[in-house]
Amino acid sequence: MLVLEDGRVFHGTSYGAEGETFGEMVFNTGMTGYQETLTDPSYHRQIVAMTAPHIGNTGVNDEDPESKRVWVAGYVVREPSRVVSNWRANRSLDDYLKEQGVVGIAIPGTRALTRHLRERGAMRAGIFSAPREPVEELVERVRRSPLMEGADLAREVATGETYVVPAIGAKRFTVAAVDLGIKGMTPHRMAERGCEVHVLPADATYEQIMAVEPDGVFFSNGPGDPATADVSALRQVLEARVPFFGICFGNQLFGRALGLSTYKLRYGHRGVNQPVQDVRTGKVEISAHNHGFAVEAPLDGPFETPYGPAEVSHVNLNDRCVEGLRLLDGRAFSVQYHPEAAAGPHDAAYLFDEFCEVMTRAKA
Amino acid sequence: MPKREDIQSVLVIGSGPIVIGQACEFDYSGTQACRVLRAEGFRVILVNSNPATIMTDPEFADATYVEPITPEFVEKIIAKERPDALLPTLGGQTALNTAVALHESGVLDKYEVELIGADFDAIQSGENREKFKEIVAKVAREHGLNAESARSLICHTMDECLAAAGELGYPLVVRPSFTMGGAGSGFAYDEDDLRRIAGAGLDASPTTEVLLEESILGWKEYELEVMRDKADNVVIVCSIENIDPMGVHTGDSVTVAPALTLTDREYQNMRDVAIAVIREVGVDTGGCNIQFAVDPRTGRMIVIEMNPRVSRSSALASKATGFPIAKIAAKLAIGYTLDEIPNDITKETPASFEPTLDYIVVKVPRFAFEKFRGADQTLTTHMKSVGEAMAIGRSFPEALQKALRSLEKKDSSFTWAGEVAPKEELLAACRTPHDGRLRTMQQAIRAGATAEELYEATSVDPWFLDQLFLLHEEAQAVAEAPELTAEVLERAKHLGFSDVQIGEIRGIDEARVRDLRHALGLRPVYNTVDTCAAEFAAKTPYLYSTYDEETEVPTGERQKVIILGSGPNRIGQGIEFDYACVHASFELSRAGFETVMVNCNPETVSTDYDTSDRLYFEPLTLEDVLEVVHAEQQTGPVAGVIVQLGGQTPLGLAQALKDAGVPVVGTSPESIHLAEERGAFGRVLAEAGLPAPKHGTALTVAEALEIAEEIGYPVLVRPSYVLGGAGMAIVYDEETLSTYMAAQEGGHPVLVDKFLDEAIEIDVDALYDGEELFLGGVMEHIEEAGIHSGDSACALPPITLGSADIKAIRAATEAIAAGVGVRGLLNVQYAMSAGILYVLEANPRASRTVPFVSKATGTPLAKAAARVMLGASIASLREEGMLPAEGDGGTLPLDASIAVKEAVLPFNRFRGVDIVLGPEMRSTGEVMGIDEFFGIAYAKSQAGAYGQLPTKGRAFVSVANRDKRAMIFPVKALADLGFEILATEGTAEVLRRNGVHAKIVRKHSEGTGPGGEPTSVQAILDGEVDLIVNTPFGSPGQSGPRLDGYEIRTAAVLRGIPCITTVSGLAAAAAGIQAIVRGDVGVRSLQEHAQALRG
Repeated sequence: MLVLEDGRVFHGTSYGAEGETFGEMVFNTGMTGYQETLTDPSYHRQIVAMTAPHIGNTGVNDEDPESKRVWVAGYVVREPSRVVSNWRANRSLDDYLKEQGVVGIAIPGTRALTRHLRERGAMRAGIFSAPREPVEELVERVRRSPLMEGADLAREVATGETYVVPAIGAKRFTVAAVDLGIKGMTPHRMAERGCEVHVLPADATYEQIMAVEPDGVFFSNGPGDPATADVSALRQVLEARVPFFGICFGNQLFGRALGLSTYKLRYGHRGVNQPVQDVRTGKVEISAHNHGFAVEAPLDGPFETPYGPAEVSHVNLNDRCVEGLRLLDGRAFSVQYHPEAAAGPHDAAYLFDEFCEVMTRAKA
Repeated sequence: MPKREDIQSVLVIGSGPIVIGQACEFDYSGTQACRVLRAEGFRVILVNSNPATIMTDPEFADATYVEPITPEFVEKIIAKERPDALLPTLGGQTALNTAVALHESGVLDKYEVELIGADFDAIQSGENREKFKEIVAKVAREHGLNAESARSLICHTMDECLAAAGELGYPLVVRPSFTMGGAGSGFAYDEDDLRRIAGAGLDASPTTEVLLEESILGWKEYELEVMRDKADNVVIVCSIENIDPMGVHTGDSVTVAPALTLTDREYQNMRDVAIAVIREVGVDTGGCNIQFAVDPRTGRMIVIEMNPRVSRSSALASKATGFPIAKIAAKLAIGYTLDEIPNDITKETPASFEPTLDYIVVKVPRFAFEKFRGADQTLTTHMKSVGEAMAIGRSFPEALQKALRSLEKKDSSFTWAGEVAPKEELLAACRTPHDGRLRTMQQAIRAGATAEELYEATSVDPWFLDQLFLLHEEAQAVAEAPELTAEVLERAKHLGFSDVQIGEIRGIDEARVRDLRHALGLRPVYNTVDTCAAEFAAKTPYLYSTYDEETEVPTGERQKVIILGSGPNRIGQGIEFDYACVHASFELSRAGFETVMVNCNPETVSTDYDTSDRLYFEPLTLEDVLEVVHAEQQTGPVAGVIVQLGGQTPLGLAQALKDAGVPVVGTSPESIHLAEERGAFGRVLAEAGLPAPKHGTALTVAEALEIAEEIGYPVLVRPSYVLGGAGMAIVYDEETLSTYMAAQEGGHPVLVDKFLDEAIEIDVDALYDGEELFLGGVMEHIEEAGIHSGDSACALPPITLGSADIKAIRAATEAIAAGVGVRGLLNVQYAMSAGILYVLEANPRASRTVPFVSKATGTPLAKAAARVMLGASIASLREEGMLPAEGDGGTLPLDASIAVKEAVLPFNRFRGVDIVLGPEMRSTGEVMGIDEFFGIAYAKSQAGAYGQLPTKGRAFVSVANRDKRAMIFPVKALADLGFEILATEGTAEVLRRNGVHAKIVRKHSEGTGPGGEPTSVQAILDGEVDLIVNTPFGSPGQSGPRLDGYEIRTAAVLRGIPCITTVSGLAAAAAGIQAIVRGDVGVRSLQEHAQALRG
């Protein structure tokens, strides 16, 4: 049984592990990439519903996870696959979820659920495989579960130890990447471009960051409310004029470091088909998204910050939400969406090239 | 970047007649394009020879030319209209090829016409296989993408083909360049195959070019629909996966959207390659599709081909996602970028996004092999289906089962009733792709086949196979349940089982299942196709049924009219019926009703989400229609359901709908029965004093012989239980009649009618409101009686009937309309023989000829019919100006233009099938030729259907004895025009005696002469003949002249030489050739014709 905090209930059959789980109820509209979604740390403490009806068809393989574990708090699907059909797969999604202890449910009404969230906004929910209490009680328990607003989660998902992702081919740059919930594809995209990526824990200090002698600093995606994060290290990086690039949570922290505020979206962007326009070129990128919060910034032109003038570099064409920020001198920039894709289209991969160019210019 | 201001007028080329591989999807795309261009303020000039299209309605363009789509005629239109631009990407391969020809001949430069949508280089790179291969290689090299082409070689001669086969090994795929729908392609397993297929392919290719390719049979097959704008924004509109693996043309495959068996990595690689290829090809303002094959064992991906234009798959993708590809392609062509175009469905978000689906779409092809006896029914890379149905469900099994029942064909749905054949037999059958293979596979599962065995036999992806097993298990659960509880029914409905299927499994009838289901409160809900998986609210009500949680049908106050469409295209029921439905919807909406369309054909204009106020993409079965009616009744007042416009499909539901309490408007189901049931109709005729040909009903050979003896030969015989002319034959003698009767299934009665040999057949479309008759048009067949009206050429106004004849026709039609009780449209077929008008049959519904009549006379018959059905009188419609203030299609002035309709037959798709026309309809489409003079109109109709009639060269003539007298005059006319006449001995003698010099050619049965003289068939195959006249003898199965004729006509099809099979057709052709030779053949738009008619 899936129970929402406003009392709406969906009945279905158990999928994955049995038990109960709580989290923020969100929906993802991607038609491919469930394995990447499940292992994306940004989904920590969220119950994810897939709008695509058939899930699990291609099973699970060893190459596609974005981290070492499944992070979603619960999983809601419509038609789980009974078989696995892919030359790379080595087990079924059902078994994988069981093995990872992820409680899931298959319900017919995934569309009704999505419409409900669209109309009423994101809310908390619980999945109960074998509920013994009456529904009212379950709703109460959902209401007692923690809210996403004010949640400081990055440290829960980030690495405890620094590790290094070596450059593929000749090393050109050293990047200090602060892990706030980093996805495996992100350092890989940098490594492909000759970056040696030092992945640091979420609470890395300015000194720890600078200790790797980085050509550039990167702040990753991650779960939770950006208002809870400490941006002092990032401010010092910006003061030191070290090239900076941020993705998703990293974009929100960059915004806060610039003095902007962040807010919670009604129901967020989660999917792989969002149109984002590059304000400079007018070009539209189809991009992968996973964010429930966004930065509040002026859309009508540059604004002043302690680090010089900045501007909104990318805008979502669906809802005009801020999707990217940039200092006008170009040394620091960030995007709210996912150029590393996985899952999703590769239209925005050029941003990694831009980061390399910024580092090249700074080196010269 | 807003729209271009340097262009004021645009020429749009349509796709011409409906043929296999190019059907009404191009009417859908062309109509969208014309609407967009006009709304943007351009002057739109349109050319399309197909009168049954919505796009050729005069209100969709400023100048509508129903003229042949040949470079010659299009040049005339360009010279007259001087358009600034030509948009060739929305009219299929026909439009693209015509544009290429006009570019190459310098016409576009001469008249300063710019190609928009795709430039010449892009067309060349996309269509030329060698160039395309280079592009794929370049994309792999320069972008580091995982992309490759199948190993292949281009050949221009048979020697090159044989050398290539040595290098690549068998089996090989043979693909001719620049042909549509895969025409001429096939698999060669050995040298004999190669010689045959590549030989025909070299001929079929306009560039004498074929590609030989390594076999990737059995690989997974995918397709992406891509759009790109001039700012280089690219979106993938839809991914499509073929359930039938490589080896079956995608048009003949069961396909599903979105792709269901790819991981994100594989899908994104495909997407990256598609985008890189479209950029490299240079399609910069429009849509295209690109096909891939994936090796299921290794994931090796091959780029198969791309079409730099809107295609059948684009129409499917548009309907599947709610993203209107053709409309947006037109906007991109005139300068907009994707982000400047709003998404119609959400209104708030832009078109620069990729639709995401929270449902599954399944498309299934519809075949017509029963019409082409002798044709090879194996599905190959050469498309053979004549139509398709699409269905939407919230799961694959639900969508698949809905799609199969949408085919409306006996045995198309899965069944668990009756005996099952042995497993080995079924598995063996599964190895060869065929119509209904999924059902054969389902039967094999019933017979105990395992998933492994099925995979080994078919290479269908294991995920899809498991879905078949899931359905099988559910069917067993339904069978074994002690009773049909809510839980059992709910699970079955969730997987798409129909009431009929459940009833079959439980041994009870459909109605009982439905009653039980309704008593349990189990009904479908209707979800919206919204492009975004419910992320944003949808403003456009485009709905599908599913057994799910919430219904999304909007409520309203306005009176609603539900129009039932015609389902998948098939021979005898195609675009003409969609035309009538769309017209009714437009007109009733204008008249203040809320219009609700129900249909399941993705190729049509009726299933465009903005044709009606609401669209239900649903099967046209009783169950599905009743549920739609119920859903609509729950949300507002329903004035009625229209069953009269969608052909036989909705008509067949009329009585059952009425019995269920549904208000059927127009002609009542009882009246429909009066016209359709032979005995009842006979009484109507008797009361009105109208003669019908003498007839009888026979069960045995003896009975049949007795009836024939009494009424006299020739007789027309047909089984009483079939429709659409299936199994009909004309029999001239006792022996043939005995053979025919012996071949019939026992116990079924056979109707034996007097066949009026020398009669002129006449087709009438009329409107009746209970008081007044409006004669829409009187059409005179050009071929004599005995050829199905759908396959026969006809002229309007009639060219040989006098005013007294018309008067008799009017009186008879009125008597039938009144006697039957028609409210709306009526089609009557007559035969005029020796001054007597015989009634052959009457159909109280929109006919195939309604659009032709409407175009030829400038009167919107279907719109008027819809209004009459909802209570308007003909008098009031005359007052409104919808119908002429006085007179009708029977009182056209003597100087009215003459319109000729010609049927288009798909014989080039079915090699080895006799091309003789008969009482069974086999054409897929039609064209119209219109001109002041009959000869020119006929010549235009031939040019539109088969290419220009020859004006010089050799004509080969071989006719049956009964035709020898009638052929003399027209053959002499050909000789006078300078044709060299070749004839078989008997024919030549008659001609010579009548002063026509004819050279004798050996019969095929005589073989090559002692001096190496070729036979007629050899001469044709060698390209020595430019025009063939051959009328058939006797009946099938005989040898001698009959067999000769068969060989002659087969050779004609192989070489693509015009072949006339009736003497009256010959006379018309001679008149047409005379007209062409004599002088300039002009072009005139429908708007100009209408003006001339109004004086």
